[in-house]
Amino acid sequence: MDDMESGVVKKFMFVNRKPPHGTVYALEVLEMVLISAAFDQDVHLAFLDDGVLQIKKGQTPAGIGVKNFSPTYRALEGYDIEKLYVEAESLAERGLTEDDLLVDVEVISRADMGKLMAEMDVVLTA
Amino acid sequence: MKFAILVNEGPYNHQAADSAFQFCKAAIDKGHEIFRVFFYYDGVNNATSLGQPPSDDRNVTKNWQKLAEENKVDLVVCVAAGLRRGITESNLAQGFRISGLGQLIEAGIHADRLVTFGD
Repeated sequence: MDDMESGVVKKFMFVNRKPPHGTVYALEVLEMVLISAAFDQDVHLAFLDDGVLQIKKGQTPAGIGVKNFSPTYRALEGYDIEKLYVEAESLAERGLTEDDLLVDVEVISRADMGKLMAEMDVVLTA
Repeated sequence: MKFAILVNEGPYNHQAADSAFQFCKAAIDKGHEIFRVFFYYDGVNNATSLGQPPSDDRNVTKNWQKLAEENKVDLVVCVAAGLRRGITESNLAQGFRISGLGQLIEAGIHADRLVTFGD
């Protein structure tokens, strides 16, 4: 992986729009995010639509026989992935506030989320 | 322009794999370069050697193989997503290779555009 030393730093954004369970998308995005940490890129995570539910406190998916991977979001800081953005409208539409989230995030408006996305070099979504 | 492609859906169930293939073909015809096609999520199923679609239908896996053969396109299947879904070296179609997610991030760094196909 000589690219780790290539010195190219791009703005990567992982856009999370799906709920944590019911499909595998959230879990496999998280796996992409963790790998990206090894490449010294400028990594951003966005949570919008039902994606805000991925970082909701109190997940207990054992009842549906699924692994609870939500603690991993708290470990992202240890990988220097600290730029987490949540769309205010998505949060409000689901009756949630910042206090319901298990990680520190920056809550921004839908309009600002759009502006932020426009600044990115690579946007990966699922 | 140098494109990287991410295919997130399996063949037949979803148009994404066909659209990605058509996009690659069109881009190459226009003189662009496909740096890499990365298969993730159910997209790994594009790389099975076990598929036998009816003879009057398209063969998605063979389409990819032909594209790779004729244009030297790097077709990479995510090892972790593949193992979850039973795609291993033993049933990997010719022309594809299995590697890690780092290949996707690397493609994002090197390509001018990374285009995702799938939900």
